[in-house]
Formats: sequence, C-alpha cells, structure tokens
Amino acid sequence: MITNAKAIATRDAYGEALVTLGDLYPNLVVLEADISKSTRTNKFAKEFPDRFFQFGVAEGNMMAAAAGLATTGKITFLSTYAVFASMRAMEPLRTLIAYGELNVKIAVSHGGFTPANDGVTHQATEDLAMLRVLPGMTVIMPADYYSTVALVTAAAEIDGPVYLRFTRDPVPVLYKPENEFQIGKGIVIRKGGDVTLLANGDMLHIALEASEQLESKGIQADVIDIHTIKPLDTDLILDSVARTRRVVTIEDHQISGGLGGAVSELLCESLPTPMRRIGLQNTFAESGQYNLLLRKYQMDSISIVNAVFDLMK
Amino acid sequence: MESREQLINRLQIKSYQIRKNILTMIHAAKSGHPGGSLSITDILVALYFHFLDIDPINPNWKYRDRFILSKGHSCPAWYACLADRGFFPVEELITLREIDGRLQGHPAMTKTPGVDMTSGPLGMGLSAGLGMALGLKLDGINSRVYVVLGDGELNEGMVWEAAMCAPKYKLNNLIAIIDYNNLQLDGNCDEVMPLEPLKTKWEAFNWSVQEINGHDMEAILDAIDTAQKEKGKPSVIIAHTVKGKGVSFMEDECDWHGKAPNDQQLLDAINEIESHKVQEISL
Amino acid sequence: MDEIIFEGKLIQDLSKTCLRIRRDIIEMIKVAGSGHPGGSLSATEILTCLYFHTMRIRPDQPEWKDRDRFILSKGHAAPALYAILAERGFFPVEELWTFSAPDTRLQKHIDMRLVPGAELSTGSLGQGFSVAIGMALANRMDSKDSRVFVLLGDGEIQEGQIWEAAMTASHQKLDNLVAFLDYNNCQVDGYVDDICSIEPIFQKWESFGWHVQEIDGHDIYQILSALQKTKSNFGKPHMIIANTIKGKSISFMENRPEWHARALDENEYQQAINELSNIEPY
Repeated sequence: MITNAKAIATRDAYGEALVTLGDLYPNLVVLEADISKSTRTNKFAKEFPDRFFQFGVAEGNMMAAAAGLATTGKITFLSTYAVFASMRAMEPLRTLIAYGELNVKIAVSHGGFTPANDGVTHQATEDLAMLRVLPGMTVIMPADYYSTVALVTAAAEIDGPVYLRFTRDPVPVLYKPENEFQIGKGIVIRKGGDVTLLANGDMLHIALEASEQLESKGIQADVIDIHTIKPLDTDLILDSVARTRRVVTIEDHQISGGLGGAVSELLCESLPTPMRRIGLQNTFAESGQYNLLLRKYQMDSISIVNAVFDLMK
Repeated sequence: MESREQLINRLQIKSYQIRKNILTMIHAAKSGHPGGSLSITDILVALYFHFLDIDPINPNWKYRDRFILSKGHSCPAWYACLADRGFFPVEELITLREIDGRLQGHPAMTKTPGVDMTSGPLGMGLSAGLGMALGLKLDGINSRVYVVLGDGELNEGMVWEAAMCAPKYKLNNLIAIIDYNNLQLDGNCDEVMPLEPLKTKWEAFNWSVQEINGHDMEAILDAIDTAQKEKGKPSVIIAHTVKGKGVSFMEDECDWHGKAPNDQQLLDAINEIESHKVQEISL
Repeated sequence: MDEIIFEGKLIQDLSKTCLRIRRDIIEMIKVAGSGHPGGSLSATEILTCLYFHTMRIRPDQPEWKDRDRFILSKGHAAPALYAILAERGFFPVEELWTFSAPDTRLQKHIDMRLVPGAELSTGSLGQGFSVAIGMALANRMDSKDSRVFVLLGDGEIQEGQIWEAAMTASHQKLDNLVAFLDYNNCQVDGYVDDICSIEPIFQKWESFGWHVQEIDGHDIYQILSALQKTKSNFGKPHMIIANTIKGKSISFMENRPEWHARALDENEYQQAINELSNIEPY
C-alpha cells in the first residue's frame, strides 16, 4: 500500500489495511458501533458485507460479542472511539478478552485529544494506562501511514488481544513503504547523543520538530518511535539512555501510566536517569483546536525543548 | 432407543447426583454459591445429558454446541455436569476454588476443559453468546449456543443491548434460559428491581418467548425442543425455579446464595436428596 | 376524553421562537465550522415547548433550588440547547457565535461547569438518563414538586445503560420524570432501522413500566398536550415518543443521516437561511 499524501490520519491507514487483510484472511471479521465512517471500517463493510457486523450504539455488547466471535476462530477486529472502548466497554475487554487470551484486536480511532473540539467526553487520555496494565495485552500507537499499515498487519498475524490506537487528524508521513516494523521493536529515527526523546503516535513528529529546534541550539537528540508501549523495547531504550543519560517521554495522554509511566518503571529499576514527561499534567483537556490544545497543555515542540533545557541545567 | 418417559426418568435421576456433587464441592471449598446452582440443576442436566452435542475428549471440537453460564457464580452446577460428562475427573470437583486448581470460583475459559466462556461479572454472557452464534452462522455450522442467565442479572444493561441485537441477525441458533428464582442478593427481585412483565419485555425485544416450570423435566425438554425449531429469531425460556431447590432448608432462602454448608448441613442435605431419589425410583 | 385547549397565540409564539432557534443553530454551526445540525433541528420544538412554556426556571438564577431541570442526554444536540438557553436569557445571544471557538464557554459538547443553565456535561451517549433519575429521586426525597425532563436520542437507546435507568425509574415510580425520545430514525452510520432497529418502541417502554405517549415531535399542540397529560399522577415515569425529522426545516438536511455532524458551506448556509426566512410560523 502506497500513499502520495504528505500527511494522512492513521485511522485512514487502518481503514485501508483492513480491506487488504480482509482479502488475505477469509476468517477476519470487523465489528462496529455506529461510527464506521469515522473509524474507517466502512471500507471493509463495503467490500465484505457478510463479515461486517454493526452493533449500533452498544459498545459493551460489541466488546463481549467480539469475545464470542473470537472463540469460533475468527480474527476479530472491533472499532469505536478509544474513549468508549477503554471506559465503557472495559469490563468485557479485561475479563473476557484479556483474561480469556482471545484473538481480538481493539482498533480504535480518536486516541488522545485528537478529537479536539469534541471535548473531554470524546477524548481518550487515560486509555494507555488502563490497557497497558492488562496482562497479555499488546498496546500500540503507530505514528504514520506506513507504520500503521505494517503494525495493523502484524497485529492480525499474532494470536492474542491487541489495542491499536489511531489519530483523528492527518499526521505527517514519516516512513517509506520499504521500512519494516515489528511489534515491540522501537525505531531510532534520529541519533544524537545529548538526550533521548521517546514518543509515539501523533507526538512523534512533534518530537522530531523539537529535535530540529534543539539542533539549532547545539543539542543533539536521539528520537525514538516507541510505537509499542507494551511490550516495551527495553533494550533499545536502555541503549540510548545509557549514552545520553537524559530522557523525555512525549505522549498524547496523561503523564501517568502510559509511555511515561512505562519508561519510569524501567529506568527506576534498571538505570535511574533524570527524566521529564510531556503529556497532560493530571488534568482533563477541553474542547478546542488540536494545535491550540497542544500549546495550552504544554505538549508542543517548544514545551519539549524547554523540558530538555531543564534537564541540561 | 430411549422412550420419552425413560429419558425423563434418566435425567431426573442424574439431577440428584449432580445436586449431591454441587453441595459436596461447595462444602469442601468452604465457599461457593449453592442456592443458584441448585435452581439451575435440572436445566443443566437436560442440556448436558441430552441436548448438547459435545465431545468431552475434544472440548474444542469445532462443531460442538456451546454453552455459557452467564450467571457464572452458579458454576458448581456446571462443573458437576462437565465432570460427570467426562471433561475432567469427578474427583477433581473437590478442588473447587483451590489454589493451583482448574476449577475457579467463577468460570475461566483458559483454566477448565469444557468452559467455553469466562463469566462471573454479570451481564456479559448473552453478548458473548451472540458473538458465538454469529461466528457459527458465518461458517455455516449448525451448532447452537445456549446461555443461562440469572434474573437479577437482567438488571444489567448489556443484557438488553444483546437482546436488541440478536434478532437483527436472526440468530435462531441462540437460546437463552433465565433462571427466574425471584431472589437476588439484597432480597426478592420484586423488591430490589422488579422484572415483570418479563415475557412482554422479551417479546417487545423481538424474541420468541416461552415460560415454564424450571424443575419440570418434561417441560424443560418440550421448551428446548420448541426453541430448537425456531427459524427466524432467537429464543428465550423463562424458567420459574426455586433457589436452593432440592434441599428444604435452602429453598427460597436469600442466605443460601453464597454460603457453604457445614458438615451437619451437608449430611442433612445429602440424606434429603437421597430420600427424594429413592422415592422417585420407587414410583 | 377531554380535549386539551391551548391558546392559538401561545402556539404561534412558540412557533416563532422555534424559527429563531433554528436560525441560531444554523448561524452557530456556520460560524464555528462544525457541529451537529441534524439532531439539533429535530429537537427544536420539544426544547422550545419545555423552556418557553412548561419548565419552571429562572434565567437570572440558574441555581434556583426549586427549578425544573432538563438533561440533554443526546449531548451532541448542544447547539439547540445553547440557542434555547441564550434566547431564554441565561446568557447573551451574542455569545452563541463563540460556539466551539478557543476559550469559549460553549464547547462542542456541553461543559456543565461553564454554561449557565446547563445541568450536566453530556456527549457520551447513554448516561444522561441515569443522572436524570438521580435528580428525580432527590426531588422526591426533598419533597419538592420540581420535575426533571430529559431528551434521549433513538440511536442512544441502543445503549444498555438506558434500560438500566428505565427499569429503575419504573421501580421507583418516578412520575416526576418526563423523557422525550427524539425518534428521527437517523443515526451516524445510517437509518436506525438498518443499524439496529428499536421497534416495537412503544411496547418496549410500556413493558418496562412507563406511561407512554407517541406524538408528532414537530407539532407544538401535540407536544403541549402530551406534557399536560404527564401532570397526572400515574405512579409511573413518562415517556413521550416524538416522531421527528432529522434536520427538520432545512430541505437538504431532512432525514439525511449524513447531516448528523457536518458544517455548512457558504451555499448551503445561504440556502438554509433563505428557507428559514420563508417559513410562516403557525
């Protein structure tokens, strides 16, 4: 799959990848809760109407039904907004799917505050913490079109529950069609040496911007795409941090429990290192344009640069 | 070839054994849910010893009928049936709730042979069953999915999500059975959260509905036979039951929802069940 | 059956107000460049009758302890409620044009901390109804004769929590609770009948122990009559199934699921405003 776009939402990549997977796997099914045009499962619905199941506004039922379908040998994808899957439908997600080790891919759009002006009710800013803590769950937020296609495909290939989180709005295409991606393996997209910037999803390109601003100030940053928060690529992270001895984590999420939490846990046990976490500082966001939210909640490139300056004092 | 009468008789006799095993295992575990296990015994016996097409040697047989105990706390009844059918040794029953054991306090599909779906937190089993029924239809497999729900469980909204959804997909291979013993934890259903008119509710959700005495083996057989013939919609059987059925001091008592019998109580219960059985055979 | 009489002038005034509300909705969404027009327009008559006739409220005292309350459980229809609250005097009408703007009080889904007159932050479907029940219970505990009104969406009642609430309201005999169902048969992915039909809807609510009425949700007389009937002590909560049209009054929006959440371009805006100005109030 190729795109000519310079920027494209990762939910679009998901919608396209699903159709390819639908061809590849006759036992792949897709479940939806009334927002297929938004989650982009409508493309699959059009190609494979017999394998598409519409549950209406009933996420709990959909999640548990996914568990049921998975027990009959289906590769089961389900989609809704990240906030509804992780909050409303959390119980069947945990108790039936995670605990049952079932082959269900919870592929959700509008992760983080990418729903922007829809407001807090529609923003998913605690979900990574909740999903990461579930035994047996794989948690992935790809950063661009190509990594999304690859990682959705990889998710379909493994047997077990996976949480895939996509953006609402276009994000820059960072990778090339020939790049390879593996679940659980981070990617160093920039080597520097003075500080390690760990980011994922919509925050990766912002981290890259920050690294360019830092370069103009004579500071060289390692920028690493940690698309898989669980299982964490501990070797890659420790390798970079051992050299730089300074870390900033950057995520579209609360600073507790998600990528920042995972990295804190790792470093605390293996390599205590001064660290700053960029994300929502224990607050809900609000309705607003995405770029303005980034600025207001100190998650833009300037905030990352300032965090690095702070570490370098 | 068994006559109808012989079948009913065989199943009734089996139900006594299952009741004894339920109480024995809960007693050994010193915890568990006898009341709601005894109220569903006759239904489960009819399913496991007559209706369900399953293979104990091959619990994951692709063409098996499926069963979900959505009211998962009543799992002693389920485990007793599974053991008696040969999914695991009957001796294992007294390891209920023990550490390192395969028989969890609430059904866990990754631990126990023959358990098709995890349950315990109420309200999810009908949805999971719906998913299974969808998957089977998709594959053109004629197997059925049976789900036993509790009455208190019908307070859970997710049940009604599933109820709205199943008729949309014409899931005539989905058969729900409600253990309507009218007792939940905090009192009678009528006091905590009344369900009536229950038949009308399910009809308004487009299910095919029957209402029976859940301890009348012939009525159970007839109802499931009828449900199996349904062509265009899912079926629900509202089974009026008695919590703790079969043990006089447990019958209709809220207290026996989640309490283990002590040594004397177990003895009394077993004796009572035995005496009913002897009476039954001699009739 | 006694016929209920309402003054012709009352109905005419309410009808004029509906027109104003509809203009405000279209204007708001145009200025903001986003919003939910379809489901805001289908709810207009209901909200107008409630706020401009039925409900006991004091715009200068949004926290008045004896007020009637309204919950917009289908929270995406926020533009409609904002228009109503502004026209009713809870905040200046000019503030409507800040809908969805940075640092506004009028976010795309209601933030109860910010909007005078808003009882609850809604947007995630299926939850407002439960809150309404809590409020109705509290009113009864406090021996208040205030009432609680709530507006549900038809797609929304696919949510299981709605039926949990329905069961509770009936069990608690909450006849101080009046729910409207905005039955426009459109949800996001298509028509409700295709996504997951809610029929037979009347029988569903009756079997859950509610006093049920079914009306044309754009007929002011019918809305007022139905509301009048809820004043009788039935010992049951009240459900008024309002058959409505998504996008009502704007020809290119009517009955079109795609107008659930969509901004108008310049042409569409002009056409909408023209159509509204050509409508004769009742």
